Amino acid sequence: MSEPRWLPWARRILLGLIGLFTLTPLYVMVTSAMKPLHDVQGEFHWIPTNITFQPFVDIWSTIPLAKYFVNSLIVSVSATVISVVIAVFAAYAISRFRFPGRQFFSVTVLSTQMFPGILFLLPLFLIFVNVGNATGIQLYGSRLGLTITYLTFSLPFSIWMLVGYFDSIPKELDEAAMVDGNGPIGALLRVVVPAAIPGIVAVAIYGFMTAWGEVLFASVMTNQDTRTLAIGLQEYSTQVDVYWNQVMAAILVVSIPIVAGFLLLQRYLVAGLTAGAVK
Amino acid sequence: MASVISMKRDAEPDAVRPGRDAKPKRRRPQLLPYLLLAPAFLLELLIHLGPMLIGVGMSFLKLTQFFIRNWSAAPGAGFDNYKLALEFDAPVGAALLHSFWITLGYTLLSVGLSWLIGTTAAVLMQSTFRGKGTLRAFFLVPYALPMYAAVITWSFMLQRDNGLVNHLLGTDLHLVGTGQDAPFWLIGGNSFYSLVLVSVWRSWPFAFLILMAGLQNIPMDLYEAASIDGASWMRQLRSVTLPLLQPVNQVLVLVLFLWTFNDFNTPYVLFGRSAPTQADLISIHIYQSSFITWNFGSGAAMSVLLLLFLLLVTAGYLLVNARRRKHV
Repeated sequence: MSEPRWLPWARRILLGLIGLFTLTPLYVMVTSAMKPLHDVQGEFHWIPTNITFQPFVDIWSTIPLAKYFVNSLIVSVSATVISVVIAVFAAYAISRFRFPGRQFFSVTVLSTQMFPGILFLLPLFLIFVNVGNATGIQLYGSRLGLTITYLTFSLPFSIWMLVGYFDSIPKELDEAAMVDGNGPIGALLRVVVPAAIPGIVAVAIYGFMTAWGEVLFASVMTNQDTRTLAIGLQEYSTQVDVYWNQVMAAILVVSIPIVAGFLLLQRYLVAGLTAGAVK
Repeated sequence: MASVISMKRDAEPDAVRPGRDAKPKRRRPQLLPYLLLAPAFLLELLIHLGPMLIGVGMSFLKLTQFFIRNWSAAPGAGFDNYKLALEFDAPVGAALLHSFWITLGYTLLSVGLSWLIGTTAAVLMQSTFRGKGTLRAFFLVPYALPMYAAVITWSFMLQRDNGLVNHLLGTDLHLVGTGQDAPFWLIGGNSFYSLVLVSVWRSWPFAFLILMAGLQNIPMDLYEAASIDGASWMRQLRSVTLPLLQPVNQVLVLVLFLWTFNDFNTPYVLFGRSAPTQADLISIHIYQSSFITWNFGSGAAMSVLLLLFLLLVTAGYLLVNARRRKHV
């Protein structure tokens, strides 16, 4: 592509502005986490004058942050793992078999994705409460209930993305595996899954991010013991004094693992989207 | 969201595999695909479809706090909950209508701006230059960041007395007052613009990500052919890039619209439980009518109305696009 002479300048200016917009909150996050409390309570200053790492120590005692962290981790990891396994099987069925009801299944399951969460929040809340009353299985307020809920959130998009990815893997590979004496499941596990790793990684990132960041259902479905980070972090703000430096430090601590993981794996996501989603 | 794309894909004849790939006919119906699909189908049935149908049923009940423990005993309400929600002269209906317009304005502004920034960044980063990879990674950070982390940070920046926004606009640029004259950003009329700002910051990287993936699917030889024909860069953008992004854009805009219109998280984390009336988005409005007043029947009716509206918009959007595609 031949570029006119003004383009590099336009690119620098526009991308610079977008970059500033993107980076400013990140800069505030990092610098405020290293300020003492009185510096974040007074007028904002761009350059921190007194740098301290005390907020990173205090965050663990002000609220039970470690507990919330573990809760979020358990719920998000279980939801992601189960969702990916279920999605792989479902996507394989849709990609490799032609059977009555295939279209019906795709449309029904995938259409749940567009519906407002608020519509099934109320009934699901009541179902969980009533299942608990009737059978003694605690779903409301438990990590189990939240895990099941979250994995269904990422499932439709995951299936749809994996179908696109599986479609791009030549069917001859499956057939070769079956000639070697594998059944369809053997072909899936030995040939299709290894070939679809980028797509599977992309789906796993998506599932983990969905669960890690969810607020609406977490606000209703958790209690004191099972609270996740999404709700727990707000406890820094409900005090009479808002410990903004600790809020920012806590946010950094809970964000860095996921942002680092995302940035390491982002090329898989783009590859997965290119092959599956936007084809 | 994905439904739309999948329906479209299924409707396109070329997406269906040609006959040579078809499995050899078997005498008995295959059981395996159904077994493979069963877990996904059952879970979606239990957590999404079932509750949704129950929600529709609940909207016809007088389901107040007295019947939460035993909601099968709640008396029927007929269409009362709907009448209440749609009576725009009465307080409940008027508040719902107000919330609807706020949400529509919020959605159009947020989706429009996110799409514009996402497209600009994706197109400008189409050719290679030094530092492109790093810049792309930075641009994706807001998308990777847990949603509440981003919104809490913005709520700090938007604080009146110790926030960055008032410092920048007041102390540095002298555009607004300082001290006692400093404006509020999280209550009153400004809260609407704060909400849009935060939403755009969160959403544009998603548009960027999808458009970047879409741009990679445009064959390079189209640009080479256009160059040989003497087409300028602007001409190539107008006649090659944007038309070929059209299918991706159609889906992207619809997805962003549905997400933003249903958005609960941004206002909930930004404002806490009591959103200012100027930024009273519909999800928050329904949540408050349900969980604060414990009137689940009325909340369910409002959710069903919201769903019907979104279904109408989606169907209309797909129809218009399908017709346009046929005419071109």
